[in-house]
Amino acid sequence: MSKESRLDNGLARPEKALKGGGLLVLAVVAVLFPQFTSDPAVTNYGVLALIYITAATAWNIFSGNTGYISLGQAVFFGSGAYAMGIAARDWHLNGDIVFALLPLCGAVGALIAVPFGLIALRVRRHTFIVITIAMFFIFQLMAFNFSFTGGSSGLQSPFLNWPAATYNTPFYYIGLAYAAGSIVIAWLVRRSRFGLQLRAIRDDEDRARGLGVKTMRVKLAAFTMSGAITAMIGAVWFFYLNQVEPQTGFDPIFDLTLVLMAFLGGYGSISGPVLGALIIEPLTLWLNTQPAFNGGGLSQILLGAVFLIVVLFMPRGIIPTGGEIITKLRMRGRPAVIPTTTMGPVASAPTISSGGAR
Amino acid sequence: MTALLRTEGVMKAYGGVQALNGATIVVEEGTVAGLIGPNGSGKTTLFNVITGYERPDSGEVWFGDRAITGLSPDKVFAAGIGRTFQLTRIFARLTVLENMLVAAQAKDKPKNLLSWFGRDAWTHHRRHALELLEFVGIERHADVLAGSLSYGQRKLLELAYVLVADPAVILLDEPAGGVNPTLINLIADRIRLLNTQQGKTFLLVEHNMEFVMGLCSTITVLESGADVVSGPPDIVRTDKRVLDAYLGVDLEEDPR
Repeated sequence: MSKESRLDNGLARPEKALKGGGLLVLAVVAVLFPQFTSDPAVTNYGVLALIYITAATAWNIFSGNTGYISLGQAVFFGSGAYAMGIAARDWHLNGDIVFALLPLCGAVGALIAVPFGLIALRVRRHTFIVITIAMFFIFQLMAFNFSFTGGSSGLQSPFLNWPAATYNTPFYYIGLAYAAGSIVIAWLVRRSRFGLQLRAIRDDEDRARGLGVKTMRVKLAAFTMSGAITAMIGAVWFFYLNQVEPQTGFDPIFDLTLVLMAFLGGYGSISGPVLGALIIEPLTLWLNTQPAFNGGGLSQILLGAVFLIVVLFMPRGIIPTGGEIITKLRMRGRPAVIPTTTMGPVASAPTISSGGAR
Repeated sequence: MTALLRTEGVMKAYGGVQALNGATIVVEEGTVAGLIGPNGSGKTTLFNVITGYERPDSGEVWFGDRAITGLSPDKVFAAGIGRTFQLTRIFARLTVLENMLVAAQAKDKPKNLLSWFGRDAWTHHRRHALELLEFVGIERHADVLAGSLSYGQRKLLELAYVLVADPAVILLDEPAGGVNPTLINLIADRIRLLNTQQGKTFLLVEHNMEFVMGLCSTITVLESGADVVSGPPDIVRTDKRVLDAYLGVDLEEDPR
């Protein structure tokens, strides 16, 4: 391979075109989806799936890149919802104008993420996870106990004067805009110097710092971005459901669901959390409508089982594992990717693993 | 010649264990210096103290005429001291080229927030990074994940990405440890080239005596955290204290 061809670091041209074409088709389908059906029961799936795509992608921008598993994203989600509710109530806002408050909700999420991050990001791995969970409970308790949050009865969203038959459609497009926006941000982060620094932190934080990466600043920036996006989509979700209560806004299942989505689809990749959200959210919704799964309790047990299966058999998720299988199939009979003199009979490794297993 | 890097009376204890007990070493500018000693004599601890990964209990570290005692690792690296680790520390899930870029872009000063997201800010390091990979002989692996490199190749990668920031002194912790003979020769050759052609100063810890004696112009022997003797290879090789402390045990059959 020549130096020049590596400089552009891209896929081969036909592969690039294929990928671009696929994305275009997906985008067109996503945009036209509400035109096929205006049945609220169906568009409901779309709206909630898009909300979860956004939240899972936001989770992935921080946790997927840095390897710091956050189980406190509901802090941002709930805070965004409450910020919207409180602002609209206290400023007496009604109608479409309330959507102008979304950036404010993002700012609230970012404002919470900074002190939250300054505390939690001092520690790593399990300790970090425990602190994020603790932070989550603190916020849920605050929502229960403060008077300005409405206590245990929560808040109602301002009335939107939209026709009932197509009520979901604007929400669908808002959700789509947020999903697309967060995916674009995730992509920008991944290919930038910022993303490189985040992934270096994931692999060896001390070494990255030793090489001059400002680790705290970089981690905090990613955490804040993630928090701001999650807070905004939390506010959208609040409008969509018309209300927020402490146990729905700050919901532990929300945190676990995001992680499950990312792990199922492929932790760390951009498409992984999107695919995970597209599978899990509609599946959960559908299961909850089935009489056999009365009340949703059984569907959660089923999700737990899915999580176990993913961790046991596809620990890296659908996208990376699928990618590996495809590469393996393509590479069949060809020498391995890195033939080296020092690694012994690597060249025959793929055939051994595919043929010799049983 | 002037001393580019020196430590004076460095002490460091871990609980009751005195890892460094007044270690004093001097590395002249433009030389390849060696640091040898038995296992547990404090070589790696001294490296950690110099590069800021450990704080000494007392003693000083000087880089030229600047005291760098107790500076954080990134400040030491920015000052111009690069190091590699005994067990290599590469970024396993980044590609080889990305590993290089992490080290290369750290010294850039992004102009504004947007430039964090741009590629231009660091793609201009690409050519330099590839040249260095070519220099250490692993450029054909530039696009594979660093975690899939062999141990010897990781050592080369670590050397290359330390070089990318163009440090004045490079500390190598067992560059030949666990590496096959062909690669050892390549590593020695690269160190020699960097020293003679670019005037880079090296300080290396190594157990492979042939490697050390062939490469270094000055060798310091550490024993129980203190320097025993320091001088050219021929002197050190025949020094009685050194033979007692280190080489004697190493060359004879181990009685156990």
